[in-house]
Amino acid sequence: METYYKPDDLPRFSEMSEGSPELWKKFSDWYGSVFKAGALSEREKALIALAVAHAVQCPYCIDAYTQESLSKGADLEQMTEAIHVACAIRGGASLVHGVQMKNVSSKLTM
Amino acid sequence: MKAFGEQLALANEQLKIINYETGLPHFDEKYELIGEGPLKSGKIEILQLNVGKMCNQVCKHCHVDAGPDRKEIMTKETMQNCLDVLSKHDIATVDLTGGAPELNPNFKWFVDEIKKMNKHVMVRSNLTILESNGFEDYAEFMANHKIEIISSLPYYKRTFTDKQRGEGVFEKSVSAIKKLNNFGYGKEGTGLIFNLVYNPVGAFLPPSQQGLEQDYKRELFNNFGIVFNSLYTITNMPISRFLDYLIQSGNYESYMQKLVDSFNPSAAVNVMCKFTLSVGWDGELYDCDFNQMLELNLNHGAPRNIKDFDLSTLVNRRIITGQHCYGCTAGAGSSCGGATA
Repeated sequence: METYYKPDDLPRFSEMSEGSPELWKKFSDWYGSVFKAGALSEREKALIALAVAHAVQCPYCIDAYTQESLSKGADLEQMTEAIHVACAIRGGASLVHGVQMKNVSSKLTM
Repeated sequence: MKAFGEQLALANEQLKIINYETGLPHFDEKYELIGEGPLKSGKIEILQLNVGKMCNQVCKHCHVDAGPDRKEIMTKETMQNCLDVLSKHDIATVDLTGGAPELNPNFKWFVDEIKKMNKHVMVRSNLTILESNGFEDYAEFMANHKIEIISSLPYYKRTFTDKQRGEGVFEKSVSAIKKLNNFGYGKEGTGLIFNLVYNPVGAFLPPSQQGLEQDYKRELFNNFGIVFNSLYTITNMPISRFLDYLIQSGNYESYMQKLVDSFNPSAAVNVMCKFTLSVGWDGELYDCDFNQMLELNLNHGAPRNIKDFDLSTLVNRRIITGQHCYGCTAGAGSSCGGATA
């Protein structure tokens, strides 16, 4: 079935350099540095990326950072907890806007 | 697989798949790009002996296809051939593997004889055997003989470990480690070395050995009060049961691509076949335990069996390679002693 998202497209990511090699180089150098161990371990960064991948709902990133999290020594329990964190923030972000609803509502109603 | 008469249990069938032309570069070509010429052995520092394929476990990734039904066991006569070689040559370390090496009926006698020669002996114990009926005294035996123990524990938690090694293996392994710790294994100052092995529970590469070792040490001590010396990270080889898993799960092609893409020259120059000689249960000689399972005997003029051992033709021998060799050179590298880069 024809689909916008194809697994074979993920390894083609670097083709994005074709339109702008300079910007691609800057992006990929920076990207590589971001994921190096620093104050956070490589595994912690992979788990954050996995959580964000779910928040932005990017199938490429979910595929890549599931693999990366496993390769950095995470297990299903840790990966699932990371996704719950993303979900909690997404859900909480919606719910906390309810305060705005309450503000408007209280202004308009007796 | 052999127990079920599966076609893929045959070494030749595995080789057909691994070495099938897929467009991936040949290992030899990739290795020669390093600039050292073809892969060759150096001095033999370790004699790795597979004393039998029988095992009390049936692990999903096992490259030996070991299990309780396997009857291939090294005889006392072949062991004596090995002892003769060890007595005549300066080979410092003997690495006993299987199956479960302890299941060889002459295991204790063999270890006794090797230790009389003051060789360093390593035993790759699956831990659960030490908790099995009839083997309760083996931990003490190995402690008394100052044997180094190397054991697989694919994760510091139950789920991943049991998924790969069988239901209940994690709990029994922890119990066996407690027993080993009580004899002093894994504790500083005792001289009793106990190392653990991590290997991925699936089609991915291992993480950093150093970082994971810290996690293992912290979690195993905090949760179970157990200790060990070092953690070795080992990559799963695309052969035998793991090959079957890769094919069945649809991961074979992407896994091979991953191994090739992750080829690391620094890891490649330290591969274990450069200083290890592998001996099969029947005395046949190989460059490594993986070649042994693929029945890729020594070649290029080197002897095929331990009884014909001739050091002059074994040193500087050309290593028999195949596409599976990428498993030892990917990422941080992989060997029976863990990462190589």
